Amino acid sequence: MSRILLPSLLSLLVFSVLTGLIYPFMVTGIAALCCEHQAQGSLIRQADRLVGSSLIGQPFDDPKYFWPRPSATTPQPYNGASSAGSNLGPTNPAQLDAVRTQLAALQQADPDNKWPVPIDLVTASASGLDPHISPAAAEYQLMRVARARAIDPQRLRSLVAAHTQSRQWALLGEPRVNVLELNLALDALH
Amino acid sequence: MSSNGWLQLAIYLLVLLLSVKPLGLYMAGVFDGSGAVTRWLRPLERGLYKLCRVDGDASMNWKQYALSMLAFNAFGALAVYALQRLQAYLPWNPQQMSAVTPDSSFNTAVSYITNTNWQGYGGESSMSYLTQMLGLGVQNFLSAATGIAVLVALVRGFTLKQAQQIGSFWVDLTRATLYVLLPLSLILALALVGQGVVQSFSAYQTATLVDPITVSEPVTDAAGNALKDAHGNPETRPVQVTTQTIPLGPAASQIAIKQLGTNGGGFFNVNSAHPFENPTPLSNLLEVLAILLIPAALCYSFGRLIGDTRQGWALLAAMLVLWIPLLGLTAWAEGRSNPAYPPALAQAASAQQSGGNMEGKETRFGVADSALWAAATTAASNGSVNSMHDSYTPVGGLIPMWLIQLGEVIFGGVGSGLYGMLVFAIIAVFIAGLMVGRTPEYLGKKLEAFEMKMASLVILIPPFFSLVGTAIAVSAAAGRAGTANPGAHGFSEILYAFSSASNNNGSAFAGLSANTAFYNTLLGIVMWTSRYWLIVPVLAIAGSLAAKKHVPAGAGTLPTHTPLFVVLLASTVLVVGALAFFPALALGPIVEELQFAAH
Repeated sequence: MSRILLPSLLSLLVFSVLTGLIYPFMVTGIAALCCEHQAQGSLIRQADRLVGSSLIGQPFDDPKYFWPRPSATTPQPYNGASSAGSNLGPTNPAQLDAVRTQLAALQQADPDNKWPVPIDLVTASASGLDPHISPAAAEYQLMRVARARAIDPQRLRSLVAAHTQSRQWALLGEPRVNVLELNLALDALH
Repeated sequence: MSSNGWLQLAIYLLVLLLSVKPLGLYMAGVFDGSGAVTRWLRPLERGLYKLCRVDGDASMNWKQYALSMLAFNAFGALAVYALQRLQAYLPWNPQQMSAVTPDSSFNTAVSYITNTNWQGYGGESSMSYLTQMLGLGVQNFLSAATGIAVLVALVRGFTLKQAQQIGSFWVDLTRATLYVLLPLSLILALALVGQGVVQSFSAYQTATLVDPITVSEPVTDAAGNALKDAHGNPETRPVQVTTQTIPLGPAASQIAIKQLGTNGGGFFNVNSAHPFENPTPLSNLLEVLAILLIPAALCYSFGRLIGDTRQGWALLAAMLVLWIPLLGLTAWAEGRSNPAYPPALAQAASAQQSGGNMEGKETRFGVADSALWAAATTAASNGSVNSMHDSYTPVGGLIPMWLIQLGEVIFGGVGSGLYGMLVFAIIAVFIAGLMVGRTPEYLGKKLEAFEMKMASLVILIPPFFSLVGTAIAVSAAAGRAGTANPGAHGFSEILYAFSSASNNNGSAFAGLSANTAFYNTLLGIVMWTSRYWLIVPVLAIAGSLAAKKHVPAGAGTLPTHTPLFVVLLASTVLVVGALAFFPALALGPIVEELQFAAH
């Protein structure tokens, strides 16, 4: 029996050191050399103050900012300490209610806007931390933000365009707008 | 779905198929010891054997092989359990996570050694960095290497003649880890960090919100009970939120092996939907490619090892014949509009938005990349997700669930998928033999009563545990209490959970509150039994086949590399899966689809 138990135990120890310590430390070491910024969370600092990460979405509910997608994290939306999706099914009345509530909030903030609301702006993301909205969702909110800030819509449109990422290599994923970066750029205009 | 979406699916398939031969060839060289890298690194390998007190030249019979595998995995489970229970006293715990509960620790330990990687817990809120690396990360490698080792042993059953031994578990395990999983993980981990996946030992950061928000918080009395107002509603008070926690950790190293080893347990709660786990469309392509990469390439390695690559291509073809239509159906289903939504919404795809069912999906992935991932992660027994399957349209959720229920043989787990598919091939050859009244033989080995008994165990045990587990859970109050969605969808959540556990997939309809003593225990037992009650019969088949003489192919031998056999094999998989699960699926997603479309 010890011909089986001893090698089992020793193999577990040896492979634990190899794959559980040496390997992750090696990746950490190389990452610190080649891409420290990304490895540490792509953090955004302003005058030594940490304002967020360009990969983690933040909540915005002031009409002068672009709003992100609904977030299902608890207890507050965009809780970075506890990522979560809504997990509500497509026939669940609670999901329909959530969509209607978000739709009403958007329309209330911009009553004259009669354009259809893009679907991503009323549905909760998978992570609850989605940093992006679709270009359609940015365009839908553009006039509201321009009015709240009293700036020329054309100027705002070119700012949005500057913060719109197209498909990677013109092929992969979906075009998207980074909400936190766009809103920080808006604040920097003044 | 947009035409770009369909193009992305086609490109994925192309890249996957192009990598099958080079990687398959490399792995074949690793397992028979003839490859160049294996020869150069032989001294290192020998050194490891010395440390582990393993005789690298001793071959084992199938029982010794199975016992070594079981003992090694049992020690692994103990280590993962102990790390979770003791993490508060151990280093690399900057968030000061306390001990995980006993039932959750048991579930997670079983889940990781069985290559299921079901996540009953939220990584960023319960596991220390050390537990993630030394517990979960290690088993990501070792459970995958175990699957590959068992496959290599089964392949030897076909190639060896009148032999009592089927190779050494320690050698197969070491080679799979050292030459296949570690180098591929290192490359993938670094590519992922470049895209923005975090790899850090710092504590979580706190950012100041640009636009502080006010949320309502339930009011509690001194004893911690929620207070109610005069109308019986929970009393709340407004609270201003001014900061956001930015979680960190050594994530990239773990995510790489999680994808490559068909493990699937995420570093963060929402797995590869988390922007720190899967930040860009390119990281998404690499991660979803990594899911099917080794399982697909192993088909070629298999053909190479038995000396007839056509046999490997035939198995891969049977997998693709089943998978491609199911992938297309998932993508179509998720691109649909929800008829119940208000007309003031724009749901169709356009140049400005992905459109379709965006509940539980990320903007950067849209419908195409999410559906691709869902079909890949459930076909392989990976179980990682980049979107929430629970929020899929009924047919969109049915396909991933059914891909799991088909027995995780369409690609399947690393190693385990192919040994499962070989068992189905044995069944298919047997059925064909019955039809023409000849003794069935596969790859030069006669299939007799013992092999058929073992093969029947392998294909019947997972459906048995899926359905009996579901039946127990829907009959128990503790089981029904876990569902998050009402009606047929709630039933689907339970059926998905037990299908996932009994086929060692690990993905979930995640609304189900499964981190309870009831689900942790029941699902833990299901994962444990269905992993090892499959591996042991497979090793028994390997031992029995290895002891047989080689039978040269005659006029009555069914050729197993032809399109006819591909269709026969695919039909066998389909019929077993459909017969076992159609009644249960009719109660869940099929009923829900009728309700969805009737709006």
